[in-house]
Amino acid sequence: MIKFVLMLNRQGQTRLSRYYQPVEVRRRAALEADVVRSCLYRDKDQCSFVEYQDFKLVYRHYASLYIVVGITESENELSVYELVHNFVEVLDRYFSRVSELDIMFNMDKVHIILDEMIQNGHVVETNRTRVLAPLATLDTLARS
Amino acid sequence: MSDVVEKTLTALPSLLSLDSQSGKLSSSSKLGNLIRGITELTSKHDEEKLIQRELVSIKEQVSSPNTSMRQMKELMVRAIYCEMLGYEASFSYIHAIKLAQQGTALDKRVGYLAVSLFLNESDELLLLLVNTVLKDLQSTNLIEVCMALTVVGQIFPKDMIPAVLPLVEEKLTHPKEIIRRKAVLALYKFYLIAPNQVQHIHSKFRKALCDKDPGVMSASLHIYFEMVKEKPEGYKDLTGSFVTILKQVVGGKLPIDFNYHSVPAPWLQIQLLRILSLLGKNDRSMSELMYEVLDESLRRAEMNHNITYAILFECVKTIYTIHPKAELLEKAAKCIGNFVLSPKINLKYLGLKALTYVVQQDANLALQHQMTIIECLDHSDLIIKRETLELLFRITNSQNVKVIVEKLLEFLRQSKDDYITIDLGGKMQPDIPNSFLRLLSEGFDSVEENRQLRLLAVESYLSLLQDRPAKLSQRFLQVISWVLGEYSHLKEGLEPVTVLRLLAPLLDLRQSSTETKSWALTAMTKLCDGPACVSVAQELADRHGGSLDTVLRQRLHELQHLAAHPELRTRVLPRNVGLEPLEVDSSLSFLDGFVSEALAAGAAPYKPPHQRQEELAQEKALSVEPYGLSLPLSMSNCSVAERPYPTALSTSSGLSGNSTELSHKGGSGALKLEGVKRVWGKEGYLTQTEAAVPMEEMAQVEADREKQQLASSLFVGLGSLSSTGLCLMGKAEPTPHRFRRRAKGQGSSSGTSERSSPDSGSVPPHVDSAPHLPLDLPANNGAQEDLGEDMSASLIETNGMAVVDPDTYIDLHDPDHVHLISSLPGELSALPRSEITPLCSHASLALSACHVQTDRSALLVVFVANTSDSAARRFVLRMTSGDLEYSLIPSRPSVHMELAGVASYQLPDGEPQSTQFSYTLSLTDFIRPLTVSTEEYGRLWLAFSNDTKQNLRLLSEGPDPLRDTLGLLRDKLQVHIVDIIASEGIVACQLLQGQPCLMHCRVNAGCLAVWLRSSLPELPDCLLYHCQRALAEH
Repeated sequence: MIKFVLMLNRQGQTRLSRYYQPVEVRRRAALEADVVRSCLYRDKDQCSFVEYQDFKLVYRHYASLYIVVGITESENELSVYELVHNFVEVLDRYFSRVSELDIMFNMDKVHIILDEMIQNGHVVETNRTRVLAPLATLDTLARS
Repeated sequence: MSDVVEKTLTALPSLLSLDSQSGKLSSSSKLGNLIRGITELTSKHDEEKLIQRELVSIKEQVSSPNTSMRQMKELMVRAIYCEMLGYEASFSYIHAIKLAQQGTALDKRVGYLAVSLFLNESDELLLLLVNTVLKDLQSTNLIEVCMALTVVGQIFPKDMIPAVLPLVEEKLTHPKEIIRRKAVLALYKFYLIAPNQVQHIHSKFRKALCDKDPGVMSASLHIYFEMVKEKPEGYKDLTGSFVTILKQVVGGKLPIDFNYHSVPAPWLQIQLLRILSLLGKNDRSMSELMYEVLDESLRRAEMNHNITYAILFECVKTIYTIHPKAELLEKAAKCIGNFVLSPKINLKYLGLKALTYVVQQDANLALQHQMTIIECLDHSDLIIKRETLELLFRITNSQNVKVIVEKLLEFLRQSKDDYITIDLGGKMQPDIPNSFLRLLSEGFDSVEENRQLRLLAVESYLSLLQDRPAKLSQRFLQVISWVLGEYSHLKEGLEPVTVLRLLAPLLDLRQSSTETKSWALTAMTKLCDGPACVSVAQELADRHGGSLDTVLRQRLHELQHLAAHPELRTRVLPRNVGLEPLEVDSSLSFLDGFVSEALAAGAAPYKPPHQRQEELAQEKALSVEPYGLSLPLSMSNCSVAERPYPTALSTSSGLSGNSTELSHKGGSGALKLEGVKRVWGKEGYLTQTEAAVPMEEMAQVEADREKQQLASSLFVGLGSLSSTGLCLMGKAEPTPHRFRRRAKGQGSSSGTSERSSPDSGSVPPHVDSAPHLPLDLPANNGAQEDLGEDMSASLIETNGMAVVDPDTYIDLHDPDHVHLISSLPGELSALPRSEITPLCSHASLALSACHVQTDRSALLVVFVANTSDSAARRFVLRMTSGDLEYSLIPSRPSVHMELAGVASYQLPDGEPQSTQFSYTLSLTDFIRPLTVSTEEYGRLWLAFSNDTKQNLRLLSEGPDPLRDTLGLLRDKLQVHIVDIIASEGIVACQLLQGQPCLMHCRVNAGCLAVWLRSSLPELPDCLLYHCQRALAEH
């Protein structure tokens, strides 16, 4: 299962974090710092999966952003790797060419999208239209 | 005016953002400011300053009454930012709940979002959300229903599930797919946190699985995955359905928008494959159903995209998990080859992972890819290397162990990650410390060689300690401590005090674990000889006596005492005993007297925390027999109670006090008790003498066997020793102790209402209005009904279990109920029964009742009398009870059990009437003797964890107080006396459904010290109450 999803910028600052297993707020910073250390300084030609303590990190790099997902041993790394890409594609469709600033200024919406895709650490929806449907309805409501 | 400006300013950007959708907030908004602040941060210090300022500002604003919901939403996003950066904003939690409650549309959604981000599952604030969720679930606005279901699926207080469950269930039939899907996901959440709560809706899960919408169906797979994982045999009938679904998905039957890079619903495929692998594991017939679709999956996934490889990986795993089929295995192996040989590093990694998974079945596969593996071993990426080592570890055999260990060591030298080091280190030397200590203590055939080896060990360890002990690993330090404690006397001219002074610093090392410190202290205790040592011991006691660690304090205490009493020390810690067997009275029965005294003095009875066994089981990692040597020898051996106390005794020692008892126990596999002294045998109490005889022979045989094991473990490289000692460690499965009731025959015609006992599995868990008896009463008569105990399931169907005997006419004006008794059915009149007590009388109706005890049930007989002259019509009797299920089965034991009911009837000329009554039953009505042998008693005793100890009054008038007292309890409470030996007795009884309660009694200081154990937590206490009462009434 998925333990957490993190979005980090190149400097290692957290731009979005979602934990699916309780981690105290105070401990998160330390964990995220560890994640930065294990993922951000790797070469492009190195493996996108990193072992971290008793679980694994799957990371993917997009321009100025890194998305890192913590998963348990039983999870399929490659499917998570592609899930990250699916998530980015959904964001891209919603924000039409998503950028780091889009994510920062619309953190709530990014969370809403993520909530549609992952729940309790499991992939619950990957159909892009369906992922975006609730948010699109909310937007129409707000506009009217 | 500033307010107005602010409002406009905050409203403006969000309006703008809606237009452009990509939404860049104007930087003048507060959120904009914060974000700009965050992006411009240069140091941790700046960040802290910024966020603290932000928190103050948020705090101010959230509590202001003028804050609009839109502003509140922004405030919540700001608070989320603060928490994300690691600064708690707990003051905002309550406002998040408020926003979810009062906001609309997006504001409300953000409120819910903030709640799910801020709060923990166990947070009490969550309870405040329940009403909002309930309201939104009933809303006509779909988007609100949707939000509520989303949050329920993420975070919900376990205790409140019943409140929303009906509403969520209702949504399963909603016309909108998204609502149905979210409802299923909410139920999935419920299943995760409280599986029992959703047990009754399994049929609805099946409906969700067959939903015409693929989204709803795939949501239900999450539940099925969990359920199948839990109990694969329960869902085998669904294998066909899962296979069909997968076939359709693979065949591209889903709408096109489920595709990801032209692959149909890949994550759904993966989920299905996982479920199939669970269902097909060790099941040939199920596996056969899957072969075709697995083959097709392999064939279809030809596209060169990561996601197809992810599916392939899962497919290969499934093929290697289920019952094998040669053709498929071959294809899967080829597939793994593609992974391993791929130039893409991620695929290579996955290939190695797959190989690691499959080599356990087929080591030849690794041979095929030898060269690749060797390449990977020298790969520049440590992660690949690490995975390769993992693979090598799995294929280690006697020929290659040396090479593989070399490679592992090489890797360890490079690796800087402690975690990996420990993980790999643990693999490499599964039990080296154990094996080494065994080698040292058992030795070779030659005495001289033994001495030399031990001396060598002592010398090298001494020099290590003199150097820098802080660098050594914990386990190594433990080994050093033991060896020095045992053998340092071999080195001539070495003063014990020197060793003591070398070991003492270990206590000061910050990184030393309690375990290591204990080992060091035990070693010191062994060596502590002479005045110099005593002063060192004193020094240590002064320095560490104040430690918060109780284990450490205990060891220090021992050290001090044994140092002061050399003759006691030689008895407790004899030198040079080698692997002589130890007898450990693990039940600590020698403390019984102490315990009873303490109890008599008013101490609280000891309740064993269940986690204690688990905690101790964790320490088993180093289960070294020689450690047993340092355990005290002088424990007495008299107790019925053998508790699986996780000492470091190995099962293989096989040295019990009574070897004859072992042979048949060995096969049970449930609880290995060899090594623990048996005091109760088939013939009763076992005398101590017979124990000594076979011991030495046994020891010899055992020692030989252990040597063989050691040899094999050294040469194969992977010892099997590590697992042998485990069964002792408390985790053993309890022996089955079900007392299954035999099914009863149909009730006879004469008035009892016994029904055949249905399979307990089919009994619904609770029925509120249990017996429900519609019948007509003839005028001026009494009728009696028996509500049997065993009517559970049939009750629901037939709705009438009472047989009325309308011919029984009774003179109701007779005050003493003699006639009522005479109207008891014949077969009940001979059984023990309670007094007939009037329940109630109302207008023309009189109710009275008594209960009758049969072997397997308690029957409640209700006498209904119509005192009027006309016939009462439509007589209905309903009974409810919180304590009893299905008429008379206690749902949980308590001292008294209340039964309440309503009787309603109608006289021909009158209004319907009703009257209430209640009836109390005592626990003793449900207690029955439990006939077990002493042997079975011992087994049961160990299986139970709920216990209570107390001192009871002893009837001291007669010549044999114990026999008298137990006899009284037998007569009054219907318990079974299993055995009485000397001053101890064991007694067993059971509650009706078969939950046993065992009682161990011991005469001690004029009192009867009883120790009760049962599978039910409440039973011992309740029974104890009745024992006390029975003795007090005597």
